[in-house]
Amino acid sequence: MTEPTIYELSSPGRTGVTFPVPDVPLAKLPQNLLRKELPLPELAEVDVVRHYIALSKYNYSVDDGLYPLGSCTMKYNPKINEDTARLPGFAYTHPLQPVETVQGNLALMFTLQEWLKEISGFAALTLQPAAGAHGELTGVLIMRAYHRDRGDPKRVRMLIPDSAHGTNPASSAMSNLEVVQIPSDARGNLDLVALKAACDDATVGLMLTNPNTLGLFDEHLEQVIKIVHDCGGLVYGDGANLNALLGILRPADVGFDVMHFNLHKTFSTPHGGGGPGSGPVGVSEKLADFLPAPLVGIIEEGSDEEPPLFGFVTPKKSIGRVKAFHGHFGMMVRTYTYISMHGPDGLRKIAEYAVLNANYVKARLKGVYTVPFDRICMHEFVVEGQWAEAPGIRALDVAKRLMDYDFHPPTNYFPLIVHEALMIEPTETENKRTLDAFADALLKIADEAKTTPSLLHEAPHKTPFGRMDEVKAARELVLCCWLPEDYGD
Amino acid sequence: MNIPTNLKYTKTDEWFDPATGAMGLSDYAQGQLSDIVFVEIVVSTGETVAPGKPIASVESVKAAAETYASVGGKVVAVNEDLSGNPEILNTDPYVKGWMVKVEGAQASGLMDAAAYTKYCEERVH
Repeated sequence: MTEPTIYELSSPGRTGVTFPVPDVPLAKLPQNLLRKELPLPELAEVDVVRHYIALSKYNYSVDDGLYPLGSCTMKYNPKINEDTARLPGFAYTHPLQPVETVQGNLALMFTLQEWLKEISGFAALTLQPAAGAHGELTGVLIMRAYHRDRGDPKRVRMLIPDSAHGTNPASSAMSNLEVVQIPSDARGNLDLVALKAACDDATVGLMLTNPNTLGLFDEHLEQVIKIVHDCGGLVYGDGANLNALLGILRPADVGFDVMHFNLHKTFSTPHGGGGPGSGPVGVSEKLADFLPAPLVGIIEEGSDEEPPLFGFVTPKKSIGRVKAFHGHFGMMVRTYTYISMHGPDGLRKIAEYAVLNANYVKARLKGVYTVPFDRICMHEFVVEGQWAEAPGIRALDVAKRLMDYDFHPPTNYFPLIVHEALMIEPTETENKRTLDAFADALLKIADEAKTTPSLLHEAPHKTPFGRMDEVKAARELVLCCWLPEDYGD
Repeated sequence: MNIPTNLKYTKTDEWFDPATGAMGLSDYAQGQLSDIVFVEIVVSTGETVAPGKPIASVESVKAAAETYASVGGKVVAVNEDLSGNPEILNTDPYVKGWMVKVEGAQASGLMDAAAYTKYCEERVH
């Protein structure tokens, strides 16, 4: 049941659209820019529609079912977000319009800046970064600029836990900083002895994900932050796991200096192919002057009769622009909608149910799956996808077999500090029936692993394609199917 | 798990051969990484490497990892075969899978095969 590519479906001369005879004179195009052939597929409208409908049936999304991809917060995305993002006043504006003509859009951005500041406790915030890792890069550049501005350029080392997202060392390396890995302790916290030993006058700061990628809240959070501050470093918060803390803990209140948000995780804007993302960055008072420019601000105060005039402001020591125009505005509209629909109490419930759901699934799997660092988890948890009684079965086999039970697999082989890791984040949007069906499937698979391992080795069986050859795909890269004849070397 | 007794080992799972000056990734490490799909040696002949500095970047279907110099010294040879045949690191990590050779190395602070075997066993439960 392989759907051909759209090029294979092409038939010379077939068309979907008949262009009208031009009613203006044809422009003369430069000869050197013209080519004789343009190998685009030729199809009728019905062929195109059926092709893409067929492909869409191969897909799996949060609208199909549970998507427990750990650290990704694949919660259900409410459809009202899509309605508001398509309102003409939001959808049909251009970022180069005079500010007087887009006051509604700017008011939304300004209010969202204020709300995210209130949720996180930070003093100032930019909406520009395009996604989480871009927010990290922005935050790290701000930390670097802060130290340089203080006349302390010898700080070149960023401390990063061994459980961190890979984007943390990548953002630091891109900022020309040296990465120092800090191990975790036996309870899944950051190792305080190693942290103390690594902190010195060359430390830019620490990039900390809390709860971490094991789904655990660091039991020494305040000590960790104090150790870094005592050596003159700053603490960066990776906000990927903010879903667990909404309305419960404000990262700035416990001493984080800078943090990115993932609107596409915590605040339900689409991602994983439906993107784009959005990664606002909040900072403490002392870093506010370094934020990217421009920010949305009030240019003229309002009165009882008149609303304020919104416009753009440039922080004094700004690191500059990090994104064309003002970031992904459509995601800001969706986030504004999501926060409005929930309100303060609703946001807190998100965190409570996310944590409850994760602990419920963990409790159902415990005893059958090995749970390393077994303590109350936050919004996600990690188990091992291996058993002594099932030699040769790995996390990948469990993940693939889950597809036969109509569930998206969890994140696997991350975090790196757990053998054969399966990282499960159910999110708050799943009900008990779904969570039970998912836990039942995982328990059945654990049984199959020991009794009929071939079911796992050969999985998935029910998908349009079976097990892909990952090794071949990675070793024999074919990234382009076609180049124009006169492309040259 | 294959841990030859003539080699010395690091806590980050590299080996060093005091007889030839060669270094590379241990059998334990390749087993943990699973199928290796990409290798890039990041040092060149003539360069001086310090212990703990990256000599290669390795990617498998599971993870990406850096390989660090097990000892310091001047690089006298780099294994050119690895980039085109990364699977060598899976099939023959200690012989054909050598990454770089150094001269003038001080092999201090490394584990012998017995200590490294114990260290690996502690990590597999």
